[in-house]
Amino acid sequence: MNIAIASGKGGTGKTTVAVNLALALEDVQLFDCDVEEPNCNLFLGFELEPVEEVTCLVPEINPDKCTLCEKCADFCKYNALAALPNKIMFFPSLCHGCGGCSLVCPAGAIEEKLRSIGRIEKASSQTSLKFLRGILNIGEAMATPVIRSLQRHLDESRPVIFDSPPGTACPVLAVMGCADYCVLVTESTPFGFHDFLLALEATRALNVPVGVVLNRDGLGDSRVEEFCRAEGIPILLRIPNDRMIARLYSEGIPFVKEMPDWKEKFEDMFETIKALVCKSTGVQ
Amino acid sequence: MKICISAFGKDPDSEVDPQFGRCNYFVIIDPDIGSVTSIKNPGSEASGGAGIRAAEAIAGSGVDTLLTGSVGLNSFSILSEAGIEIHSGIRGTVSFALREYQSGKLSLLESPNASTHIGMRKS
Repeated sequence: MNIAIASGKGGTGKTTVAVNLALALEDVQLFDCDVEEPNCNLFLGFELEPVEEVTCLVPEINPDKCTLCEKCADFCKYNALAALPNKIMFFPSLCHGCGGCSLVCPAGAIEEKLRSIGRIEKASSQTSLKFLRGILNIGEAMATPVIRSLQRHLDESRPVIFDSPPGTACPVLAVMGCADYCVLVTESTPFGFHDFLLALEATRALNVPVGVVLNRDGLGDSRVEEFCRAEGIPILLRIPNDRMIARLYSEGIPFVKEMPDWKEKFEDMFETIKALVCKSTGVQ
Repeated sequence: MKICISAFGKDPDSEVDPQFGRCNYFVIIDPDIGSVTSIKNPGSEASGGAGIRAAEAIAGSGVDTLLTGSVGLNSFSILSEAGIEIHSGIRGTVSFALREYQSGKLSLLESPNASTHIGMRKS
């Protein structure tokens, strides 16, 4: 069972929920898919080791064979190739690695080469929690291939929790699209509600069942709650706007470790999610 | 000598557009022979890499000098490669910008002066 922890807005508490949920359970995996800013390990403090490099195939143009026909640059919808009167210029950060340029080149002047865009790391085997994360190299734009590489390390026999990137762009869809259930973490503020609706729309487009965690509960108003009641969306957990929780967070300590009654709340939430997934897939 | 000016419209009376990659048109003037032509900026509607498409079009049209406002890293590298001189600080109409250039009021741009995606912030 794959559970994605997502949100529209950034900073609503995705990592907090993902880390605390993972630590409250036995025998689960935690994958930090927010590859542009993987923060889970700030709270876990695990020793990490490299697993693999994530690469993208990019064109290398042989100027001796190139006839300057411009077909490659015309083809590239991401504008990674520019045809100048005397040469073709390539902009690696815009290349999505589709390989189309080398297919349309009539002169066979384009060869594809691997370019590193990120890496996958894992916690050393002594840790009780199986933890992996992806990292997108600084300056790179394409997070999705890193997330896809990370997801290939899934152990299908155990539940996995994905800490998703914020927003509703391609990287988020790559995470939600791979999930059996999506937990949307939000706060009941105008901004939080607005972006929650965007994220909800994304889960509906992907047909992923969804539940809500209300973070900083007590802050703002009741708009998220009223909306969820009207739409029949379960509120799985409320994390109060609590000084102790905030203090532990600021010290990089997952609050389930210091506040044992929360372990049970996260376990309950997991059981609820399990039941909801079974219901939605028709498994008893 | 061909001089290219980034603009909202196609003719010398059009307002200039200081955003190179996302402007609507490039007005190309050759003061020596008095010719005025224009090209639609292929970058204006690109989802990404707008500056690259724009610079490619300019390089392909045999322009010697570009008068604009801001140029990003990618477009700057293409324009440099093509040997096009860039002057920034345009304002007013296309013909006004040309006169300012001719009287030496526009500064030569020696490095990119915009971060990527700056043209997306246009209202």
